[in-house]
Amino acid sequence: MSENAKTAGEPALLVEDLWVEYPARRGVVKAVRGVSFELRRGETLALIGESGSGKTTLGLALVRLLPKAARIKQGRIMYYRNGTSQDVLALNAEQLRRFRWQECAMVFQGAQNALNPVLRIEAQFLDTARAHGMTDAKAVRERAIELLKMVQLDPQRVMHSFPHELSGGMRQRVLIALGLLLQPQVIILDEPTTALDILTQRSVIEVLRRLRTQLDFSLIFISHDLSLAAELADRVATVYAGAIVEIGSVYDIFERPRHPYTLALTRSVPTVTGEMHPLASIPGSPPDLINPPLGCAFHPRCPYATDQCRSQEPRLERVGDDQFAACWHWQEVKP
Amino acid sequence: MTVNATPIIELDRVSRVFEQRRRQVKAVDAVSLAVQEGEVVCLVGESGCGKTTTGKMIAGLIHPSGGEVRYAGKNIWAMSKDEFRRYRLAVQLIHQDPYASLNPAHTVYGIMSAPLLQHGIVANHKQARERVRDLLRTVDLTPPDDFLDKYPHQLSGGQRQRVSVARALTVSPKVIVADEAVSMVDVSIRVSLLNMLSRLKRDLGVTFIFITHDLAVAKHFAWEGRIAVMYLGRMIEIGRTPQIINHPQHPYTRALLSAIPEADPRITRTKERLQLRSLDIPSLLNIPSGCSFHPRCPLFEAGLCEVSVPPLADVGDGTRVACHVVARERAKEVVA
Repeated sequence: MSENAKTAGEPALLVEDLWVEYPARRGVVKAVRGVSFELRRGETLALIGESGSGKTTLGLALVRLLPKAARIKQGRIMYYRNGTSQDVLALNAEQLRRFRWQECAMVFQGAQNALNPVLRIEAQFLDTARAHGMTDAKAVRERAIELLKMVQLDPQRVMHSFPHELSGGMRQRVLIALGLLLQPQVIILDEPTTALDILTQRSVIEVLRRLRTQLDFSLIFISHDLSLAAELADRVATVYAGAIVEIGSVYDIFERPRHPYTLALTRSVPTVTGEMHPLASIPGSPPDLINPPLGCAFHPRCPYATDQCRSQEPRLERVGDDQFAACWHWQEVKP
Repeated sequence: MTVNATPIIELDRVSRVFEQRRRQVKAVDAVSLAVQEGEVVCLVGESGCGKTTTGKMIAGLIHPSGGEVRYAGKNIWAMSKDEFRRYRLAVQLIHQDPYASLNPAHTVYGIMSAPLLQHGIVANHKQARERVRDLLRTVDLTPPDDFLDKYPHQLSGGQRQRVSVARALTVSPKVIVADEAVSMVDVSIRVSLLNMLSRLKRDLGVTFIFITHDLAVAKHFAWEGRIAVMYLGRMIEIGRTPQIINHPQHPYTRALLSAIPEADPRITRTKERLQLRSLDIPSLLNIPSGCSFHPRCPLFEAGLCEVSVPPLADVGDGTRVACHVVARERAKEVVA
């Protein structure tokens, strides 16, 4: 089970004080503002945030797939494997090509658009393998069949299909299989279940859960959907205005959140099971990343805000055994 | 809700067939529904189940291929021009996508004053401005003067959706058909939109037909109303919300409810899941015979389910279910 993730030893990925900006007409968009976290070996980490929180930019930065206009202003991304480390931001083009997919694969949002529409699925596997120096077509085909079975697809049917012949959920599972082709150690999934129907979402969730027990990799998924984090994550990080405002085990985050934003988020999602309780809404609007509020970016919407919050930005501090929150008043925050 | 009153909206075996490359797609198949004034009914189902098409037929935006849509007892497609105009004002549709449904070239005032002036609800721009201000306050866009002269692109998704709601309210509708009205906005905004719509329902007594794929949202919005579940164009279960949520009868409803991930790790990781025989949703071009759910259904019985379409049968507690097996088992219980 992924819940028994090994916590000892070096992490798979370490991010330190990462800043990413985009120029825009109105000014500079500060999409990622001083993010630090580690991805532990074998764990599933969920980055949860709303649209415009910078979570996708953060994911793209980890594999250095940011759009040209974006700039990594500062920070460090370290990747570890078998006792050696690599500074991802210092990789040259050739090293980067190898790093992506073989070490760290990203599965993008919108499975519809991520596959080449004029290639059969088999060809997409072969192309990917060839681009990374695997020329033994027979071996690649065998590996592809094995992976497709793991994601609960019928290889006989899927291998010879074009993407448009598959449903959204099937395409999403093909992409997951494709991401696993070169046995990467880290997989990043961006909104893996968004825009899928409920029963299809369930099949993707079950596939991911099964893969975590069968293969050895660490998983980061980026989503706006808290219930997906509740389903799959070992640890959860809440992202607000380009920064991680809280990170901790999935149970701490849902049951003992210490950041007012995490608390508000978890209380604003309706559940099907259980009692009817009134939902608490979060006042105000999402922050503007060109002119983020001074001090704590959440202060204009926060019921705990004081003068200190309006002038000084809090940093992540330890608030529990394995839980960190960036809030001046975390001790007062009670579920 | 008086049982004998004429329903404000009534669908009587309404169907809609679309032609697609000379093939017929049956988007809605003989759906019947009676909605009383002041009631809330959620239409729930996955994409392609016909819920949006049904909503558009209720709002008179598309013609049914068969059956009748009635407003206050009258077939809307047999109304006089004047009656039809009044019906169209009384039934307003709120679209899913507030980015597409507001004209980007008009200000909030322009968007909202047009129906007021067009339908003679106000006499001049001065009165229109006053009325628009009131409506913006009703949907919590305050202070209204901050929004009057803004263009849609200057508003957030949640604010746009509020403008869409305010625009629907300009003509004082009796019925609002809200098609996935909260699906495209962020979590933190969704609740305040939902709460605002609930308040309108309560304060204005508006009848709501609320279309959503999200059963959790349906539960919260329509706890005192009803939920109707659709699958491949047919209504397969309808009943009071607490019954549907806590005691679902149709295997499809049960599968949906058990599959929903919940924002609580302890609940969601221990939830019992109903396994389906097939993960794939059949194409609307090739709807399975008999009960269209039969290829996926765990209760499937050969010689029964694929033979005839099950009718909606009353199984008690105000629930009706279109399932041969469930209807038979419940009937046995009654006899015993």
